[in-house]
Amino acid sequence: MFNFILLILIYTAIFALMAIGQNLITGYVGLLSLTQAGFFAIGSYVTAILSVTYGWNFWLTVPMAALISSFFGLLIGLPTLRLKGDYLAIATLGFGEIVRNILNNWDSLTNGPMGIQRIPMISLFGIQISPYKKWGFLVLVWIFVLVAYFLFDRLAKSRLGRALEAIREDEIAASSMGINVTRYKVWAFILGAAVAGVAGSLQAEFILSVTPGAFTFMVSIMVLCMVVLGGMGNFKAVILGAFIIQFISYFPQLVGLSNVIPPQFKQILFGLILVVMMIWRPQGILGREKRSAPRRLFRSGGDV
Amino acid sequence: MGSIAEFFQHLMNGLTLGGIYALIALGYTMVYGILKFINFAHGDILMVGSYIGLFTFDAIRGQTMGPWTVIAFFIAMLAGMLFSAGLGMAIERIAYKPLRRATRLAPLLSAIGVSFILSNMAAWMWGTKSRKLDYPFDNSPIYLKGVSITPHQILILAVVIVMMVALKLFVDRSRIGKAMRATSLDQDTAKLMGIKADKIIAITFAIGSALAATAGFLIALEIKVYPSMGTMTGLKAFVAAVVGGIGNISGAMLGGILLGLLETFGVALLGIPYGLRDTIAFVALIIILLVKPEGLLGKAEKEKV
Repeated sequence: MFNFILLILIYTAIFALMAIGQNLITGYVGLLSLTQAGFFAIGSYVTAILSVTYGWNFWLTVPMAALISSFFGLLIGLPTLRLKGDYLAIATLGFGEIVRNILNNWDSLTNGPMGIQRIPMISLFGIQISPYKKWGFLVLVWIFVLVAYFLFDRLAKSRLGRALEAIREDEIAASSMGINVTRYKVWAFILGAAVAGVAGSLQAEFILSVTPGAFTFMVSIMVLCMVVLGGMGNFKAVILGAFIIQFISYFPQLVGLSNVIPPQFKQILFGLILVVMMIWRPQGILGREKRSAPRRLFRSGGDV
Repeated sequence: MGSIAEFFQHLMNGLTLGGIYALIALGYTMVYGILKFINFAHGDILMVGSYIGLFTFDAIRGQTMGPWTVIAFFIAMLAGMLFSAGLGMAIERIAYKPLRRATRLAPLLSAIGVSFILSNMAAWMWGTKSRKLDYPFDNSPIYLKGVSITPHQILILAVVIVMMVALKLFVDRSRIGKAMRATSLDQDTAKLMGIKADKIIAITFAIGSALAATAGFLIALEIKVYPSMGTMTGLKAFVAAVVGGIGNISGAMLGGILLGLLETFGVALLGIPYGLRDTIAFVALIIILLVKPEGLLGKAEKEKV
């Protein structure tokens, strides 16, 4: 039971990383991307292939996972982000399917549907961080989440974040204020892809194997649900969302009812969350983070 | 078999496939034309329609193959169409209509939710195993100068052509069709002219969904039916709609047929491995977005403030 809660918390962290990336894209720029699963898969496979086939150290594979994921982000972002947002949703949906398609078929690199097993465990200063000792792994993944949270939260409050929000509110107005709309969108997309790639690395190290079947469209939907449920445009909220969605996911096992409740049940629930939240509470549980009011130049102003 | 015969063989196969894509693309394009939004659940409405058609056919076809099974086939198709039309209208009413005035993102997210609900409900109720429709009539191919044409292909092409002509006449000539065009052009002005825009939107969803169900039933005949069939099929049909020019009915027809031909000839002549066939549509989307984002028959539109 207690072990189970640790498991939920570890998955919360791995998914929270993806949700943080999704939040930058969907919550800040207002773009619908449906491909966190694709970048997650790429990150996982980069770590698996580099460490198993080429014997790299885990800590070197993480930046590679981020780099290669963001390269693919750039590849699909550049043609689609120049246009209206709707196309991105479709292109990313297709991209996720194609990544899985290629992982399944490129036997010489990915070992096809069998996947890659026996990924070496992480070691840090000679200490092995094994997924079997859940406490250690828990601390490791949450350190990643905290770092990502801090970086993205700072970033969102910087010039980049303000530009992204301006684009979401009114693209034409933003571009007439001199914001290079496409460039900022592509940056948000690349950063979101990179963090999902890192999440993939951690996932590979936690399961110690990768198979294409683990990266279905459902993963992207779960990440989207986390952002929508927690609150778009609020990094704390999406971490909360990640916890709630993971809790729902494992609830049947937690109470020992996994034989009674069909596996589709939680997926139907995820769909319902999206619809119901959009209709009744589009801002999510916590809502968008409020900006502290800008300091006024004068204590009191007259009518202008 | 000479190369000319081979060419016509692929042409025939491509046209059949393309016709099916075109029927689905019409639903996307009609909804986009009026509401400017991608109905992600369209592919899943197709899936539900083909299941309903399949169940109806199994229930009424009887044991022996004969004229009755052919009639039963069309009755089943009609049942699937009606059910999907109802479903499409219900979804619009429940999940999209409350979001008309919301941000652009809201209806998209809601549509993805609906799509996920439908495909998982289907998996839960009907199982994940794929099913196939029993043949309503003998399907041994007819040979025409080395080109083999199956009666199913003829049936599919006939249904596709009838549907397209009927739709084109309906939209171009009928009163409701005129109201649809007006709503798509300018919803507010259409309302001022006494057009009940909400009713027109509901009708649009009903027609699009019925066409999708028809396509789904034809897929059941040629390929198979399973709960997640709508995702890839829907995605490709959307690409077809974009290639033809989204919002344009003739464009969707043209785009669908082009995509069908491209997939067939891509595998047969260009030597693209069969496993990567699904990638063709995606590459086509990227290329058309780079070269001519408004699509082949679409008008370039400047976004206004």
